[in-house]
Amino acid sequence: MAQEVTRRPYLREVPRARWFFRHPRYLRYMARELSCVFIGAYTLLLVAGLKRLSEGQAAYEAFLDSLGAPASVAFHVIALGFALYHSVTWFNLTPKALPVQVGEDFLPARVIAGAHYAAWALLSAAILFFAGAF
Amino acid sequence: MARSNKPIVWGPFAAGGTLTAFLTPVLILLTLLAGLGHVPEALAYDPLRYFAAHWLGKLAIVLVVFLSLWSAAHRLRITFYDFGVRCDTLVAVVVYCAAASGTAAAIIFLLRI
Amino acid sequence: MSERLVELEVLRYNPETDGEPHFQRYSVTCEDECVVLDALNHVKETLDTTLSYRWSCHMAVCGSCGMMINGEPKLACKSFLRDYEGVIRVEPLAHFPIERDLVTVIDDFMEKLARVKPYLIPKREKPVSEGEYRQTPAQLKKFKQYTMCINCMLCYAACPEYGLIPKFIGPAAIALAHRYNQDSRDGGRDEREEQIATTEGVWECSFVGACSEVCPEHVDPAGALQQVKIASTVDWYKEHLMPWLKK
Repeated sequence: MAQEVTRRPYLREVPRARWFFRHPRYLRYMARELSCVFIGAYTLLLVAGLKRLSEGQAAYEAFLDSLGAPASVAFHVIALGFALYHSVTWFNLTPKALPVQVGEDFLPARVIAGAHYAAWALLSAAILFFAGAF
Repeated sequence: MARSNKPIVWGPFAAGGTLTAFLTPVLILLTLLAGLGHVPEALAYDPLRYFAAHWLGKLAIVLVVFLSLWSAAHRLRITFYDFGVRCDTLVAVVVYCAAASGTAAAIIFLLRI
Repeated sequence: MSERLVELEVLRYNPETDGEPHFQRYSVTCEDECVVLDALNHVKETLDTTLSYRWSCHMAVCGSCGMMINGEPKLACKSFLRDYEGVIRVEPLAHFPIERDLVTVIDDFMEKLARVKPYLIPKREKPVSEGEYRQTPAQLKKFKQYTMCINCMLCYAACPEYGLIPKFIGPAAIALAHRYNQDSRDGGRDEREEQIATTEGVWECSFVGACSEVCPEHVDPAGALQQVKIASTVDWYKEHLMPWLKK
């Protein structure tokens, strides 16, 4: 008769707040997720601008001036970096979420992502132009 | 096992994520330019006020603000979870309320224009 | 044929004698073109017959030899020694309880696979007299990719959400459900939604994408999960905002 083996499975703990240091891909994921903090903060900045806009010309122009403060410029640069990272990761992942089958085959990922990048570039250029940025 | 109601919050998140991917960088560029002293024409008081006074402009602004804040809130909720903060319901209520408040504030300010 | 000295640092655990796992170092000489699995077999044959691990085909189709090699979920039979320098750390697949040495407890995974109803549920009963189900190449291509899963569980080891929330149904199981949902012969999507459109189903996923990165068969479970999310969301809005639409 076979000897019975005692089973005592061992569960390895996952470090709840440090697991993402295990591999660069998890750090990149966290960076992508943290972009939401800056995008959210920037949107709140826009809402603050709306408030000043509703208070009249003097208030609004004071707001525009405050945008020039070093802290504001620094925030803009950092927020821009994170916003760009969000855009790039979003467009690169879109083909996975929205596969397009044409006939038998699926459109290559780079076609779908490429279309997004092209639209993004066009839209951004158009907005900059019509906003009178140049 | 009941089907989740996550789609309620995920739908606007996906829409907001797409919107912010296309729009936020160029918006940041515009206000950055303003901060550096080259205020784009559209951001000057009169043109912007004119835009915000029109009901279409109001609608556009509210939509952008809501979707941007909502997708940021949803992602922040997930991030808290990823950082080991387990009180998901509490976090969810806080972040979504913050997004709703920001949107409400935008609406209130717009109604004054 | 040149040989190389291979140093393995293997996590050992004997449930009958050990309180917790510990590392053990082995040195073997292997041929240059060998894989980690060959090194393990060499260890077992010549140095330590008590070393336990799963393996079978040795050609990356059976999915048995999944383990953490230098912290990365890999198939041992597909991990070439020439790609590694120095001591190679070999541990059992992450996020699963250790049964013994490199053998993990996979009951949870097996239960989840079965839970998603991984079989054709036809839209209606079709008697044999009506003939076979016909499928165009395009219809086949729609789900072919998701049939390639070899149940190796590398995706579960890579998924941080599964590591943090063990009741998450997980990438492979949901990709498998998606395989059947996309099959033109199938009509069981509603039934599967009961299992995968839940909190511990697809909604636990935050699109880290690690699962697709480690998948040896390029199934792309991350893509499958996002497609399930979108389909479930559309379903939800249709059901709640347009209840007059009959299913």
